[in-house]
Amino acid sequence: MADQTFPIPGTPDVGLSRGAAVLEWLHSWVVTVDHKKLGILYVVYAIFFMLVAGAEAMAIRIQLAIPHNHFLSPELYNEFFTMHGTTMVFLVGMTFIFGFGNYLVPLMIGARDMAFPRLNAFSFWMTAFGGLLLYYSFIGGFGLYGMGSAPDVTWWAYAPLTERAFSPGHNTDYWALALIVTGFGTLGAAINTLATVFSMRCRGMTLFRMPLFVWLMTVTSGLTLITITPLTAAQVMLTIDRYLGGHFFDTQAGGSATVWMHFFWIFGHPEVYVLILPAFGIASEVIPVFSRKAIFGYPAMVAASIGIAFVSLSVWAHHMFTIGMTSVSNAFFALSTMMVGIPTGIKIFNWIATMWGGKIRFATPMLFCTAFLFQFLCAGLTGIMLAVAPWNWQLHNSYFVIAHFHYTLTGSFVFCMFAGIYYWYPKVTGRMLSETLGKWHFWLFFIGFHMTFDTMHFVGILGMPRSIYTYEPDRGWNTLNMIISVGGLIQAIAVLILAWNLIDSFLHGSAAGNDPWDAWTLEWSTPSPPPPYNFATDPVVRSRRPLWDIKHPNDPDWKYER
Amino acid sequence: MLTLAFMRAAPSVAQGALTTPSILAPASTPAHETFALSQFVLVITGTIFVVVGGLLAFVIIRFHARKTDAGHEPAQIYGGTQVELAWTVIPVLTVVVLFLTTARVIFAIQDAPEPKSALDVTVVGHQFWWEFRYPKLGIVTANELHIPASTSDAPQPAYLQLLSADVDHSFWVPQLGGKTDLIPDHPNQMWIDADKPGLYLGQCAQFCGIEHAKMLIRVYVDTPQGFDAWVKNQQQPAMDDAAVAAGRRVFESEACANCHTIVGTSAHGTFGPDLTHLMSRATIAAGAAANTPDNLRSWIEDPNTFKPGALMPAMQLSDQETDEVVAYLTTLR
Repeated sequence: MADQTFPIPGTPDVGLSRGAAVLEWLHSWVVTVDHKKLGILYVVYAIFFMLVAGAEAMAIRIQLAIPHNHFLSPELYNEFFTMHGTTMVFLVGMTFIFGFGNYLVPLMIGARDMAFPRLNAFSFWMTAFGGLLLYYSFIGGFGLYGMGSAPDVTWWAYAPLTERAFSPGHNTDYWALALIVTGFGTLGAAINTLATVFSMRCRGMTLFRMPLFVWLMTVTSGLTLITITPLTAAQVMLTIDRYLGGHFFDTQAGGSATVWMHFFWIFGHPEVYVLILPAFGIASEVIPVFSRKAIFGYPAMVAASIGIAFVSLSVWAHHMFTIGMTSVSNAFFALSTMMVGIPTGIKIFNWIATMWGGKIRFATPMLFCTAFLFQFLCAGLTGIMLAVAPWNWQLHNSYFVIAHFHYTLTGSFVFCMFAGIYYWYPKVTGRMLSETLGKWHFWLFFIGFHMTFDTMHFVGILGMPRSIYTYEPDRGWNTLNMIISVGGLIQAIAVLILAWNLIDSFLHGSAAGNDPWDAWTLEWSTPSPPPPYNFATDPVVRSRRPLWDIKHPNDPDWKYER
Repeated sequence: MLTLAFMRAAPSVAQGALTTPSILAPASTPAHETFALSQFVLVITGTIFVVVGGLLAFVIIRFHARKTDAGHEPAQIYGGTQVELAWTVIPVLTVVVLFLTTARVIFAIQDAPEPKSALDVTVVGHQFWWEFRYPKLGIVTANELHIPASTSDAPQPAYLQLLSADVDHSFWVPQLGGKTDLIPDHPNQMWIDADKPGLYLGQCAQFCGIEHAKMLIRVYVDTPQGFDAWVKNQQQPAMDDAAVAAGRRVFESEACANCHTIVGTSAHGTFGPDLTHLMSRATIAAGAAANTPDNLRSWIEDPNTFKPGALMPAMQLSDQETDEVVAYLTTLR
């Protein structure tokens, strides 16, 4: 057990000047192949783009706060909602999960780094440059309206709107190329995670002793390999259409608009599970520690995760109930989609059973995870409603759908990411985040979230479609839209509190120590922040909770685990 | 600023002249069936919500840590096969019930045979307006669909053939039924049979470009007599009033005729809406503005005033020509 470190000499102090020292420090971040530094880079990058895409969402909400508003032009509005969706999925969601995965997977399985450290750095920088490429379009993409034209074809970018006939200029090219580039980064990160999990585990760390977060990163990485591939293929086909005279999606020359839909959603639907599974992983670490109980039904949790991944590959056409599929296809995809509810239900029950009989401490990470449980329950139920194909014909592309997937991606994914930030920040920086600011952040975000996204369900039921830059004042949507916008503002304030907390606590936070939460997985056995080599001696484990075994030598887990 | 905006937005709700396209106010067989199904699903999901949400609330209240029990870890429980089995089997059964109910409605709506009495309408989506063609009646119109009310004694559902001239669109009038997409080179079908005469609002539900937001639909459900009268009027060629011959000349000689059709004149364009009976419609620009002479004039001068990004160019006519064209258009009843 690595509860002590050997004095291994660091960089020799050669008396650099202050400027040179800063340069040296910056350089160390650029050339690093350390999984922890890359993990931090990923998460900082995700938070940065979350602020950017959040600002875009705020502009969207100001525009929609009142009918016939002129805050944004239609062009800019269409660019903002396209960029908001693309950024949140590819530059925030994907980087958050691989950031947490990078930092935690080696620590949790008792390894000293990822299997391929240099591939790791390559993956991060591909993703990073893909994001910069996407945003360069705001100043460099010569589009229909002159210089500076960001992609404006929605984040699902249905053909043939993306063809040259309807989207001249280069903004759609920025979108396609940026996703190809970040896609390669993501594939590298997924391969690396799988290789690490399968070849770098410490002695005694069998697959069935891995922390659930590691399991879920494994499942997510496998799913990533399957889903990013058709997306990349589709972008290549689109680029061939646009520049080499191809006709894959060019309906004016015999191409097919529905082929794009299939390619996009065979990526797009598993993608939301790619995002949500690591969030489940975080919840499965935080909930037991703050309930002071072992996770309930570990084997069922693992099986349910793998089950979700499998079923998720057969549900994509529930995004396409309105495109005129046969009734049999509609029935099939209704059934497969409803089936996702079974393993996710099992997970919710297991989390509640973990809390049952515990002594729950509602520190900030646990607050976020508890809210996640509630919101994920709601998201699952609205998901069932959307799977009911005839009802979907009404709800599809309405604000109800926006509400549903923000319940999954904000109410579930982002809440778990926030929980993860509060939970592991002490490990990463050696300092605690302010609990007071954390509670402010939580409650404001929780209230703002429900104002915004609860209300969106209703405005969708009242017939408001998505992607519209303005609406008529006589539709009965005015008051609801104003509530949605005010809720958005409250969430923005909450996120700024988080940003301030991250910076202020880094400078002035109280010292964390190795194990501030009295937790049980291996990362808490090393100093905070961990040394570059993670563990001075290779750990050996006998159960799923190695630190529990040490803390309770008379009552260790390995006596009872099945 | 938001408060100000709120104050400006509030009165429009208070006026009570709302025409909310709510899916909770169905007025057609497919919409009714969907609404009934949705109520059933809502009961099941609502029950799950109460049970699971209640469990969660109970756990939060009952098992939060108290100061008195500091220091002791609670009993460690690692799982339980029977309880796992229970919360696997119950969801499986729920899914079976939900699926069978759903499948029944899918087949009932989607595979309903077209009766002989059905009214055929071809809907063509354009950036950013709707073309409605009645092939058996020889009528072409735009943005405002007229269909007769359909009663159980004399059913006359409208069968819509959905086509697109350019990109993907989606036809959605919530009170009359779910939406179906209009996809180029991929003809789709849907049917509606409104039971009450009235005006039903909807709009394009698939992003189709810059003015997607202003691609509105108005469906007028007429009484059978009213519909017949409307059909009779639409089948006439355009009015030919000698008093506005100058406006007609401008229309035929300027670029207007390249894109618009007016039956009975030399204007045969098909890129824009058919204007033969323009004044029988309540709105212009796919519902973006009321059909008044003033609005027509602003629209011809620069369509961007109502719809920035509309594909019709500013016509660059002289003031006199514009006056003449507007005068001519306002006679097209």
